[in-house]
Amino acid sequence: MALINKESVKKRMGTRLAANGVAKFLFILATCFSLLVLGVLIYRILSEGLPYLSLDFITNFASRMPERAGIWAALLGTIWVMAVTAPVSFILGVGTAIYLEEYAKKNAFTKFVQINISNLAGVPSIVFGLLGLTIFVRLLGLGSSVLAGGLTMSLLILPVIVVASQEAIRTVPREIREASFGMGATKWQTIRRIVFPAALPGILTGTILALSRAVGETAPLLVLGALAYVAFVPENIFSQFTVLPIQLYNWTSRPQEEFHMIAASGIIILLIILLIMNSIAVLIRNKFHKRF
Amino acid sequence: MKKMKSVYLLAVMSLILVFAAACGNKSEDGAAGGGDLSGKIKIDGSSTVFPIMEAVSEEFQASNPEVQAPVGVSGTGGGFEKFVRGELDLANASRPIKDEEKKAAEDKGIEYTEFELAKDGLSVVVSKENDFIDHLTLDELKKIFLEENPAKTWADVREGWPKKKIEVFSPGTDSGTYDYFDEVILEEKPMRRDAQLSEDDNVLVQGVTGSKDAIGFFGYAYYQANKDKLKAVPIDGGNGPVEPTPQTIESGEYAPLSRPLFTYVNNKALKDNEAVYEYMKFALENSGELASSDTIGYVSLPKEKYEEQMKKLDELAGK
Repeated sequence: MALINKESVKKRMGTRLAANGVAKFLFILATCFSLLVLGVLIYRILSEGLPYLSLDFITNFASRMPERAGIWAALLGTIWVMAVTAPVSFILGVGTAIYLEEYAKKNAFTKFVQINISNLAGVPSIVFGLLGLTIFVRLLGLGSSVLAGGLTMSLLILPVIVVASQEAIRTVPREIREASFGMGATKWQTIRRIVFPAALPGILTGTILALSRAVGETAPLLVLGALAYVAFVPENIFSQFTVLPIQLYNWTSRPQEEFHMIAASGIIILLIILLIMNSIAVLIRNKFHKRF
Repeated sequence: MKKMKSVYLLAVMSLILVFAAACGNKSEDGAAGGGDLSGKIKIDGSSTVFPIMEAVSEEFQASNPEVQAPVGVSGTGGGFEKFVRGELDLANASRPIKDEEKKAAEDKGIEYTEFELAKDGLSVVVSKENDFIDHLTLDELKKIFLEENPAKTWADVREGWPKKKIEVFSPGTDSGTYDYFDEVILEEKPMRRDAQLSEDDNVLVQGVTGSKDAIGFFGYAYYQANKDKLKAVPIDGGNGPVEPTPQTIESGEYAPLSRPLFTYVNNKALKDNEAVYEYMKFALENSGELASSDTIGYVSLPKEKYEEQMKKLDELAGK
């Protein structure tokens, strides 16, 4: 009565272990490769950019002289655009997600909307720029303003926020909803008091990651008519503006090496902003994540 | 429950923080004004002309702090597209306005004037290590760059040159630089398909530097910034080989690859907006010097050319 044929197990043991070893080696290699590329990139940026990084660099406007140039207008432009994008995309995105997950009936129309949202997440960003140019800049007459830029960026990241929020809402267990209904709560009360708070960490994480993407976008804003040389900071949401990635792209495409150096300094600032945003996302997730 | 409240609080606080950061800097630029001129000037267009306009804007705003003259980089075509709709005061261009753009401007009733700010010499370059190319004629350039029976090796271009495969680098087809080269050298026929195109001229510099058998072309500024690694090929346009230098480009002797850099001005804006007139006047007075400075690297026009255009400007503005 031999359920396990020890002979044949023994025979195959060698190859199985070897296959395991090869797989492990390949995966370590893959990890090391991306780490190496990241390391080289960061080393290059730091070694080129650090010498030019100073308080003046942050508070000066762009200049034809690399040693006098700074990123003040671009930095504030980025913050202004984000100040428009964050609330607009959050409210619209989470609203859509709640409707689709909680209220919408599962019919052909919902399915159609769902497919479209997923597809929109993969549309090249320049297409959103063209949309923004036609609708916000020309049709609504907003001009190449912070508002037009911010709204376009909101459209760009909306699909990502909707999908992330839906995922977060879906992870809230049915039982606690049913418990809420059992206590006599209405659907809205359940959403507001139970589902939304429980899903919020996931929603915020998704939102901040989506915003990080928007911070790094150049193409749609260039199409909109965002500027490259600006010697003033936006005064209100109808001001013209530039953003960090445009300024950086501009500098890296110049022939003189000094401009490449200050572009590297600008990249350090952009990386710091992204790092801060991502750490907030991680913090929120760790602090408020509940396990059911 | 307490936890949830602090999440809301955190979200609200961070939003407020973002707004505060954005609004807190309103009065930052309200420095004491020198000139009494004020107003806004809308400038957009070619990325090749951008460094000149950036410099002009910077210097102009230093003496007229109340004027806002930001500069965009939608590209020559993108700039004209906005210009003919009357959305811009100045459109920078690295090529003359095309017929269909002219027509669009007419349809919208936009009148404009062309001003030349500086010159750029498209430089045909090879690696410093390339020791056999002394000059190239226009026909030889065609053999190298055209799609129609392109030269495979350098020996196909001129007898006695090594039988090594040619590597061709060129600016991308969206750029004004490509358009210009295609028009004056290739007579608007397509460039060979195995050419490596890049929108970033710095990539071309690296490509040409990296191989002894590579050839490429781009604006003079990129050659000037990389003189230690690259060799500019003298071009024989019919009157013997001429090397691109500030002198040969300015005089037009470096033909046909000296190209003018323009800005187009909306006539109505010039008349109605004092700031636009002053800005253009300042541009014509200073763009030669600014354009030929080290951090920009273009070439000034002859002095008379600026004076001539100044007269045209005054006439248009009714001064």
